[in-house]
Amino acid sequence: MSLGSVPMKFKVRIDTDECMLCERCIENCPYGTYRLEGEKIHIDSRRCVACHRCVAMCPRDAITIEEKPIDYRSHPVWSREAREAIYNQARTGKIVLAGMGNAQDLPSIFDRLLLDACQVTNPSIDPLREPMELRTYLGKKPRKLDLHRNDKGDVLLKTTLAPNLRINTPIMIGHMSYGAISLNAQLSMARAVADQGTFMGTGEGGLHPSLRQYQDNMIVQVASGRFGVDIDYLERGAAIEIKIGQGAKPGIGGHLPGEKVGPDVSQTRMIPERSDAISPAPHHDIYSIEDLKQLVHSLKEATEWKKPIFVKIAAVHNVAAIASGIARSSADAVVIDGFRGGTGAAPRVFRDHVGIPIEAAIAAVDQKLRSQGIRNEISIIASGGIRDAADVTKAIALGADAIYIGTAALIAMGCRVCGTCYRGQCPWGIATQIPGLTKRLNPDVEWQHVANLFKGWTLEISELMGAAGINSIESLRGNRDRLRAYLLDEAMMNVLDVKPVGA
Amino acid sequence: MRKEIVIDADGLHYTPLNKKIRSAVQDGVSQIRIDNVLGQRFIADGLKGEVTITVNGIPGGDLGMFMSGPTVEVFGNCDHAPGNTMDAGEIIIHGSSGDATAHSMRGGMVMVRDDIGYRGGIHMKEYGEHRPVLVVGGNARAFLGEYMAGGLVIILGLQEKRVLPDRGIGSGIHGGEIFIRGDVPERLLGVGAKKAEATEEDKARIIPFIRQYAERFSVDPSRLIEDGYTRITPASGRPFANKYTWE
Repeated sequence: MSLGSVPMKFKVRIDTDECMLCERCIENCPYGTYRLEGEKIHIDSRRCVACHRCVAMCPRDAITIEEKPIDYRSHPVWSREAREAIYNQARTGKIVLAGMGNAQDLPSIFDRLLLDACQVTNPSIDPLREPMELRTYLGKKPRKLDLHRNDKGDVLLKTTLAPNLRINTPIMIGHMSYGAISLNAQLSMARAVADQGTFMGTGEGGLHPSLRQYQDNMIVQVASGRFGVDIDYLERGAAIEIKIGQGAKPGIGGHLPGEKVGPDVSQTRMIPERSDAISPAPHHDIYSIEDLKQLVHSLKEATEWKKPIFVKIAAVHNVAAIASGIARSSADAVVIDGFRGGTGAAPRVFRDHVGIPIEAAIAAVDQKLRSQGIRNEISIIASGGIRDAADVTKAIALGADAIYIGTAALIAMGCRVCGTCYRGQCPWGIATQIPGLTKRLNPDVEWQHVANLFKGWTLEISELMGAAGINSIESLRGNRDRLRAYLLDEAMMNVLDVKPVGA
Repeated sequence: MRKEIVIDADGLHYTPLNKKIRSAVQDGVSQIRIDNVLGQRFIADGLKGEVTITVNGIPGGDLGMFMSGPTVEVFGNCDHAPGNTMDAGEIIIHGSSGDATAHSMRGGMVMVRDDIGYRGGIHMKEYGEHRPVLVVGGNARAFLGEYMAGGLVIILGLQEKRVLPDRGIGSGIHGGEIFIRGDVPERLLGVGAKKAEATEEDKARIIPFIRQYAERFSVDPSRLIEDGYTRITPASGRPFANKYTWE
C-alpha cells in the first residue's frame, strides 16, 4: 500500500494587486507558510493552520484562506476526518491526538432550550432602575441557622459558617496551567478576574511568583501529578480544587511534553527542566470515595479549615451518583466539566466520544442532590463549551451555581480556535512558551479584553433575568420553569426536568 | 535550649491534635511527644519548621502530608500514605506502613523498618535540591515506584525468608532510581523500566542511607553493604513519546 499525502487543509492566497510586500505575514507566521522570493511572497499552504494571525496583521486585507479547498468524493459514512485518521494510523500505528474540544457535529442542548420573558401578567424588571443581584457565594450553606438573643436584644448567629467564595458574577475562568498557556495569558486573565471580583484557576502548573499579587482571586489545583503543590502554594490559593477528571478526556491523565518545560515552567511545576510532566489517570491516593474524603480532609487540615475545597470531575454517565458521593466527602463545590470542554491536546477518540453534555449533567446532579436533601452541602460549578451569556443563564436555570469558561477567555485574548495548541507555537502568544511569541500578548492590553467579556456577559445576564422578572440570581438557580425545550425528545426533557415549548 | 512538650492523644480528634502541634511549634517547642495515638489521620499535615515529633502508637493515614521540615518518628505501624506529597523533613517508622507510602513525595526521607504496602514511592519526583528518599527495611508490594519521576527508593529485603517485591516495579518510571537488594527477575519490571546490577559507584550513593538505617534500627550494616543490588531506572525519559501521533 502506498500512501500519498492527504489533500491540503487550507489554501492561502494573496491578492497581488493589494499586497505591498510589507512582509508582516512572513514575520507573524511561526509555521513558515510565507517566504519572500524576489518580488513575490511565496506561499506554502500546507503549513497553514488557519490561526488568522497573518489575516489580522495584513494592512491591506490581501490574504484569503479557504478551508478544505479539495473535496474528497463525498460519502455520508466515510467523512474526511474518518479517512484521514485511517491514513495517519496506517502510517504510524499510534493514538491520534487532537487539539481543542469535541469536534463532532452533535446537536447542542443549550441551543434547544429557550428562555422565558414576562408579558403583561407579570412585569419585567428594568436593570437600569432596579438593582440586579448577581452576587453568588460558593461553598457549603448551613442546613439551618441557630440564633440567639443577647441581653441587649441583639440577635446573634450561633451557627459556624463554612468558608465560601464570594463572586460578583457567576462567571469564573477554569484551570489552564502555566505550561499549557503562557504566563502573559495567565497574567491577563488574573488581572481581569481580580478587577471583576471573580476567580480563575491555576491549573496543575503551580503559581508563578508574578501571579501572587492576584492570589486572592486564584483557585489552586491539586491534580494527580501534584505538580507545583506544596504547603506554600496551598496557603496562597483562595480555594483549592482537586482535579479528578476533565471533560475533554475523561478517565485519562495529562502529559506536558518536556519541550514545554523551560526554566520558569520547571520552577512553578517543581520538576527538572525539559522533563516530561506526566499526570497519571487516577490520583494514587484516591482509589475510592472514602479516599477522596481523606484527600479533601487532608487539604482542609493542612490549611486549617480556612479554604473551600472543590472537586472537579468530567461529566460521565453516572455523574449524579458521583456528585452525591462528592457532596458527602465534605467538599464545598463540585465542578462538572462537560464533553465539549477544551484542551491543548487529547486523544481524538476520547475528545469526541467519551463523556456527556454538560446541560444533562447539571440537571441530573442538581436533581439528585435536591432529592437527597444535600443540595446545600455543595455548590455546582459547570464548565465545558460555555459560549455566551445565554449558555450561562441556561446553565444556572438548570441548577448550576456558577460556571467556568476556558476557551471563551482565550478567544477574548485573540485565540482563533485553530486547535493547534499542541505545536507550542501559538502565534497569538497564548499556548506557547517561546519568548518571541509570548511577548505578542501584552497583559496590560489583554486583561481589559477579558474584563470586557465579563462585563458584557454580566450585563446580558442581568437583562435576561430582568426580562424574566427575576432580580436575584438565587431565584434563577434551578428554576426550570424559565426554560422550555424546543425539538428535544421526551426522555431528554425528563432528564432536564424541562417542559416542551407551548406547554 | 530545647523545649519539650507531651500531648496525650487518647480520644483526641486529629484537628485539635494538629492545633496543639502547630501552636507548640509556633511557641518554639523543638520536641513534641504524642502518646496514645490511635488512628488519628493527618498528623503534622502541612507542618513547617524545625521540630522533632515522637509518635507513640498507630497513626492513621497521610502522616506528614505536605510536611515541610519536621522530623516525625513513629513507634508503631502506619496506615496508608505516610509522607504523601511531602516536601522536606523525615519520617522514621518503627514498624510497617500501608499503601502509597511516600506517594508523590518531593523531598526529605521516609524510612520504614519493616514492610510497605502497594504503590510505594509512586510518582516520587525531584526538583533542584529536593530529592526524596524512601528506605524500606523489609519488602514492598506491587507497583513500587510507578510513574516515578525522581528520587531514590531502596528496598533492603531483610526478612528471614526473602520475598521479592511484587510485579509492576517502576511502570511508567521516567526519572529517579530504585535499588532492591539481590536480583530481580525481568518479569517483575513494569513497562518503561529497565534493570542492571548496581555498580560500586551506584552503591556508593545508597551506602550512607544503609548506614543510617542500620544505626537507627540497630542492625549490622556489613552484610547489607556487601550484598549485590539491582538498580531499576527508566528505559527512557519519555515513556509516552512513541504512543501518539498528531491529527
